Amino acid sequence: MAVEKTVTITDETGVHARPATVLVNKAGSFASDMNLEYNGKSINLKSIMGVMSLGIPQGAEIKIIADGSDEQEALDAVVEVIKSEGLGE
Amino acid sequence: MSQLTGIAASNGIAIAKAYKLAIPDLSFDKKKVDDTSTEVERLTKALEISKSELEKIKEHARTSLGDEHAEIFSAHLLVLGDPELINPIKDKIESEQVNAEFALDETAQMFIDMFENMDNEYMRERAADIKDVTKRVMAHLLAVSFPNPALIDEEVIVIAEDLTPSDTAQLNKQFVQGFTTNIGGRTSHSAIMARSLEIPAVVGTKTITEQAKEGDILIVDGIDGDVIINPTEDEINEYQKKQENFEKQKQEWAKLKDEPTVSKDGTHVELVANIGTPNDVEGVINNGGEGVGLYRTEFLYMGKNELPTEDEQFEAYKSVLEQMGDKPVVVRTLDIGGDKELPYLELPEEMNPFLGYRAIRLCLERDDIFRTQLRALLRASTYGNLKIMFPMIATLDEFRQAKAILLEEKENLTNEGTEVSDSIEIGIMVEIPSTAVIARQFAKEVDFFSIGTNDLIQYTLAADRMNERVSYLYQPYHPAILNLVNNVIEAAHAEGKWAGMCGEMAGDSIAIPILLGLGLDEFSMSATSILPARTQIKDLSKEELASYKEQLLSMDTADEVEAFVREKTNQ
Repeated sequence: MAVEKTVTITDETGVHARPATVLVNKAGSFASDMNLEYNGKSINLKSIMGVMSLGIPQGAEIKIIADGSDEQEALDAVVEVIKSEGLGE
Repeated sequence: MSQLTGIAASNGIAIAKAYKLAIPDLSFDKKKVDDTSTEVERLTKALEISKSELEKIKEHARTSLGDEHAEIFSAHLLVLGDPELINPIKDKIESEQVNAEFALDETAQMFIDMFENMDNEYMRERAADIKDVTKRVMAHLLAVSFPNPALIDEEVIVIAEDLTPSDTAQLNKQFVQGFTTNIGGRTSHSAIMARSLEIPAVVGTKTITEQAKEGDILIVDGIDGDVIINPTEDEINEYQKKQENFEKQKQEWAKLKDEPTVSKDGTHVELVANIGTPNDVEGVINNGGEGVGLYRTEFLYMGKNELPTEDEQFEAYKSVLEQMGDKPVVVRTLDIGGDKELPYLELPEEMNPFLGYRAIRLCLERDDIFRTQLRALLRASTYGNLKIMFPMIATLDEFRQAKAILLEEKENLTNEGTEVSDSIEIGIMVEIPSTAVIARQFAKEVDFFSIGTNDLIQYTLAADRMNERVSYLYQPYHPAILNLVNNVIEAAHAEGKWAGMCGEMAGDSIAIPILLGLGLDEFSMSATSILPARTQIKDLSKEELASYKEQLLSMDTADEVEAFVREKTNQ
């Protein structure tokens, strides 16, 4: 059973380099598969190239999906990073 | 032995053996493999070695250059561990039964092409990251040695075609005594890095990588721009002596670090620095700068794909102001156009960009850009001693308009409840002859002048400073320039204002005595020129130099001026 959460990006430059790095590092520290959906595309959240290739702007609604043994923990941690980096809410 | 001459990029002399920084031959053949699991194993191993190297390099970069420079390696490490890159390589090995080299190259190339074709400069730079990382992994697969300047552990001089930011970020000052390159100039990235690391460097030698072999003994003379390959014992002794003298001189300079700049007869002038980013402030402080005379804000706008936000700018300005404490910081508002382009503004190409739509002309029309910058500056004003300067002012009207916008934003901020300093001086850069000629009228309205000589000279003599065929007309000591400079200084003083100069001329040992005699109040130069200039001024008599004023202003040629100054100041 996968868990998911939708957040809105509030940072005026969108998901740019530094927070993307933090996000991917955080996702990579969990065993669960993690995906990010935006604008009809789904990418592996553990892939820096995947995240960057989406070019997520301010105002975007993104969905984070975690699936695996530590899915809830992983989802919470990633959402927490999005908030603490001032990326979104 | 043989000798090469290049461009002296960073002071000092280094003697050590050559370390060639060159990418090895990474060519390979496509092979069919039966045992794919061994092939995947080879790939995994190459990835692991690359990862541990990058970790080390990142640590080196962090300790020798700071977090910001280490960031690029975090990005490299992430690419190396990216499942979207690595898994397809493994799949390819297994499904197509090909060697790891081929699978790596094909897959990486696909991503490189994808990123290079994106309509976004940032993404295109990521293509360079993938290339860098792929080369390293490929070298390990092929078992050829890949140069790792960060892992150098003996005294060497690095030689290379050119040094990239990621190369220079890896240089360990403890072992790298100096470097020399085929290409580059005094303002190229490698030269700027050499000065901030304070290691001797000669760039633009054209052929050093062909002439010198790995292990040859080299002398790099960053004072005069010479490189000697396999010197004789006499030459080594001679240069060691030169190095000792240079060190002694540096110690002499260092004694003046915390001293004010005072002439022999007691006149105080301010020696301040030109900077481009908050990171440059450390160099200003280490070199005894009495302030920042020109903060070029263009760098905030360059190397990205969109305008910097108000907050981003605020953080940069605040950082500079806080680091400088109560010392003055003159910030020049955006000077873009001319030779400095911002692709994302999509400005049309012009026949004469230096005479075209640039700097304040652009800011007054695109006042959305201008207001954002002014608001960021005003918000930062309470963190230090801020002065704001407008570039490329040609008419009083432009100054009045710019000032009105500034005051409007100040009022807006105050109404919003944001605190803004009440003592911000507002001045202009004098780089257009029309402004220098009617400086008297300007002086009634501005708080200060800063003479931008690089442009003032090219506009006055009508000679493009980028055009080598007319570079002989770039004459800082031309009597016309001296008369304009004098006019600006006199106009300022008549109204009780101050006059400074930013531009190469302010740090020039021939110009300094002239400018001191003309009564210039502030000299803004590159940070490393400050202590030599302070040392020079200490031995000059302002009164004596002032007495030559009329004579200098009425001279016929720049050569005459130079010869006169050399004679009077024993240079």
